[in-house]
Amino acid sequence: MKKLIIETRHLDLFYGSFQALTDINLGIEEKNITALIGPSGCGKSTLVRVFNRMNDTIEGVHTNGEVEVLGENIFGPEADLIALRQKVGMVFQRPNPFPLSVYENITFGLEIHHSRSKKEFGEMVEQSLTDVMLWNDLKDRLDRSALRLSLEQQQRLCIARVLAMKPQIILMDEPCSALDPIATLRIEELMQELKRNYSIVIVTHNMQQAARASDYTAFMYLGNLIEFGNTKSIFTKPVQKKTEEYITGRFG
Amino acid sequence: MNVQVEQKIAFSILFLCTLLVVVPVLIILVIIFVKGAGALNLGFLFEMPTNGMTEGGIFPAILGTLYLVLGALFFAVPLGVLSAIYLVEYSQETVLSRIVKLAIVNLAGVPSVVYGLFGLGIFVLFLGFGASILSGSLTLGIMILPVIITSSREALESVPQSFRIVSLSLGASKWQTIRHSVLPHALPGILTGTILGIGRAAGETAPILFTVAAFYLPKLPQSMFDQTMALPYHLYVISTQVPGIPETIRYGTALVLLLLVLIMNLAAIILRYQFRRRKKW
Ligand SMILES: Nc1ncnc2c1ncn2[C@@H]1O[C@H](COP(=O)(O)OP(=O)(O)O)[C@@H](O)[C@H]1O
Ligand SMILES: [Mg+2]
Repeated sequence: MKKLIIETRHLDLFYGSFQALTDINLGIEEKNITALIGPSGCGKSTLVRVFNRMNDTIEGVHTNGEVEVLGENIFGPEADLIALRQKVGMVFQRPNPFPLSVYENITFGLEIHHSRSKKEFGEMVEQSLTDVMLWNDLKDRLDRSALRLSLEQQQRLCIARVLAMKPQIILMDEPCSALDPIATLRIEELMQELKRNYSIVIVTHNMQQAARASDYTAFMYLGNLIEFGNTKSIFTKPVQKKTEEYITGRFG
Repeated sequence: MNVQVEQKIAFSILFLCTLLVVVPVLIILVIIFVKGAGALNLGFLFEMPTNGMTEGGIFPAILGTLYLVLGALFFAVPLGVLSAIYLVEYSQETVLSRIVKLAIVNLAGVPSVVYGLFGLGIFVLFLGFGASILSGSLTLGIMILPVIITSSREALESVPQSFRIVSLSLGASKWQTIRHSVLPHALPGILTGTILGIGRAAGETAPILFTVAAFYLPKLPQSMFDQTMALPYHLYVISTQVPGIPETIRYGTALVLLLLVLIMNLAAIILRYQFRRRKKW
């Protein structure tokens, strides 16, 4: 078995008095793609936002239980939020590049963290764009506004922006929901490339996508983790009745 | 009635209303320009008034207004932008922040003469700055503060929430997020507020009446503790207080005030355009 990079123990999460996650116990392996599936509102986004503590930006959120990311208790007194978010990048539902040039979008994180000298920026931009297969298309248009790219290119750029920070984990919250089916497949191919070097957690409400693209699948329902395991076995011989009902399309 | 006809009538009415807004502005501009342009020459702009202000230039008043506008911006822009940042980015919706916001809105409606009296009480008398450029700038600064805060707040609020979320998710701190992902995109709006502030600070008479403006000074101010002449007050003086001032000098002075505000606005607009272009909005 590979190393665990994310582990939750008895994780509860509340928005004010509303409990959105209940007793989540989950171990995610490195250099795999783990899919979170479940009907809308079951807490998938909430759970991925725990892993880089983006729930901190929402007022009135509080959690119980323990979460270890890359061996560190992220809710512990010594937790370093900024280092955590550097190591755990996030790609969002809608492609959301800054209204800056392609180049500036990628160097944004580098500027913030002063992690590289300006001289290395060029290399980092080339490297990140190559990794998301945009370099050939964009190498002559680095100073163009990112908003003029196609949606698929924008989403790739957002992934490149994360890669430039040299993260270890990439969280993706329905990264293809704004894209057409062809672009969706191409992003899935890209994820297969990326998983050689990164661990990916992807939220999706598209079951085919989870079945096609992931190694492990977690099925959530009403804030509970119903079933977690190898994607193949979840989709061929689910243990829980709820899981079976969901993947056979009886609700959701 | 026929939809086409209705459409035409609606359009005509809207067009007429728009025209009605433009017409008075044009008339004012034309009258001031026609009557004042004759006075405009280098001497008028760069010389001291002579012969009981009936001859010579208006240089001290031009310089004084420049000092006062820059002084007002110097106090109001940093204070206004920082409070707007606090209100939008940091404070939560509490009773206190509501009261602060309400106070700002109301401050904008206070008549300018009240600011003048306030400045007299606080800066001139209580703090002992006397009638001086410092007192006048502070008074004008407080007067334009609401405009700057309100437009800065609107500018900050119009920056999409996703910029903040993305920036934080990339590991930026709250302040870095504001500094790099929010402020640059709010700058054009902030500059718009500044432009409005410039116009008001340059044109108001009442706030400077008791705090800085001099009827006539034979020499230029030497420090910020000196009094100064200023264009709007000078205009008032030569129009109503001193008999026998030639009409061209009066309209020339009005024209210079107008041009000064226009030039300062133009500078801010160019600056705003530069920011927009650089940011590829
Ligand atoms: N900011 C929030 N404040 C209050 N409740 C929220 C917030 N975000 C999500 N929720 C609630 O938490 C539950 C889980 O939401 P979410 O994690 O977005 O679900 P999913 O991503 O699976 O569709 C939903 O019932 C939703 O209404
Ligand atoms: Mg969601």
